[in-house]
Amino acid sequence: MGAGHGHRLFFHGHSPIHRAPAHWKLVALLAFMLTVVATPHHWYAAFGGYALVLVTVILTSRVPLLYIARRMVVEVPFVFFAVLMPFIATGPRIDVLGVSVSEPGLVAAGGFLAKATLGVVASLTLAATTEPVDLLRGLRTLRMPDQIVSIMSFMIRYLDVVTDELRRMVTGMRSRGCDPRSPRHWPMLARTLGALFIRSYERGERVHLAMLSRGYDGRMP
Amino acid sequence: MHVPDGFLDAPTSIATGVVAAAGVAVALRGARKELDDRTAPLAGLVATFVFAAQMINFPVAGGTSGHLLGGVLAAVLAGPFTAVLCLSVVLLVQALLMADGGVTALGTNITLMGIVGVVAGWLVFRGVLSVLPKRRSMVAPAAAVAALVSVPTAALAFTALFVIGGTAPVDSGKVLVAMVGWHVVIGIGEAVITALVVGSVVASRPDLVYGARHLLADRELEIRKAVA
Repeated sequence: MGAGHGHRLFFHGHSPIHRAPAHWKLVALLAFMLTVVATPHHWYAAFGGYALVLVTVILTSRVPLLYIARRMVVEVPFVFFAVLMPFIATGPRIDVLGVSVSEPGLVAAGGFLAKATLGVVASLTLAATTEPVDLLRGLRTLRMPDQIVSIMSFMIRYLDVVTDELRRMVTGMRSRGCDPRSPRHWPMLARTLGALFIRSYERGERVHLAMLSRGYDGRMP
Repeated sequence: MHVPDGFLDAPTSIATGVVAAAGVAVALRGARKELDDRTAPLAGLVATFVFAAQMINFPVAGGTSGHLLGGVLAAVLAGPFTAVLCLSVVLLVQALLMADGGVTALGTNITLMGIVGVVAGWLVFRGVLSVLPKRRSMVAPAAAVAALVSVPTAALAFTALFVIGGTAPVDSGKVLVAMVGWHVVIGIGEAVITALVVGSVVASRPDLVYGARHLLADRELEIRKAVA
């Protein structure tokens, strides 16, 4: 297969974290995050400890902290919600900087923000240090059903092919004076997506035939 | 939008994880009927298509934007079981490789967007289709209604989970109004785009549209003898 080995978040390296078996990393991530989620909001020291553990892991992996920090933008919508929470929450009100906010809301917002941030950073660390092939192998070791793992492997394999196909189509639309964001041009956009579906489905059929001709019997080797 | 880590408490997250695992197991069995031994490559490529379709943003009120969820779109095009499978795999890949949606909230996200969104949408789709005249042109409007209902239904399910296991002391009535109100607006965009996409595929390759397959006339192979 001609696609690259990494994916968009992968950071090439040879640290112990990179070399660790993927199934250990997956279990560690899940255990870590369950612990974080189960921690009460007001155990501030515990969150500091969790952050310290995460930073140690990132430093060991030699992935630059800035690399992780820059990719934390996925969290932005939740920051908005967390900022909003003290104002809409119930409970006794207190004054912070002359603004009346709900005290339990403020604590919950802080805890929620801490947990969501730890979650994003921990997931980013896994993504930055694990190649998709290893991740799939790890999931299989953890007894994820074969079918799910193979569907996932096809998705990862063709992700860039299909998204690039869409990008080319959208570039084509733009160069013909069409704005895919505007509802006025939705019919055009929809035809593009329809064509993309047909192309993806037919690609799936071709891939299946190619696999059959190489001896595929319903199981991946 | 994906539920992040820490939004719902640990017991609720684990419970939704169990529900999601059971749902995906059922979908795995069902998808084999929809796609037979082609399941892996075809579901993989439909999942990739759903992922690509989710990259399309459309403007919602107030300068913000929403994106397609694609649950009903996938269900009508590829069948409900395949759709549950595809959306679950998309969410799995997003959580593990793109840090989008928390790992502990994966079960919640699969339950809401994968299972509730698709199943509710599919039931509405079949319901609407059974009332409308049996014509191919009716598939797209039925898909629109299904998409319009499915998005706020998922938001409603989220509100229910929030009442059970929410970690923020916010009045659940407010959450309900905000979530459902917001998602009705997103649902309108979802409905229009879903209907247009389904319409375009029905027009060019109706045999690929799972939701229209039973409407295709049974065309029998006709062998004509050449007149000598």
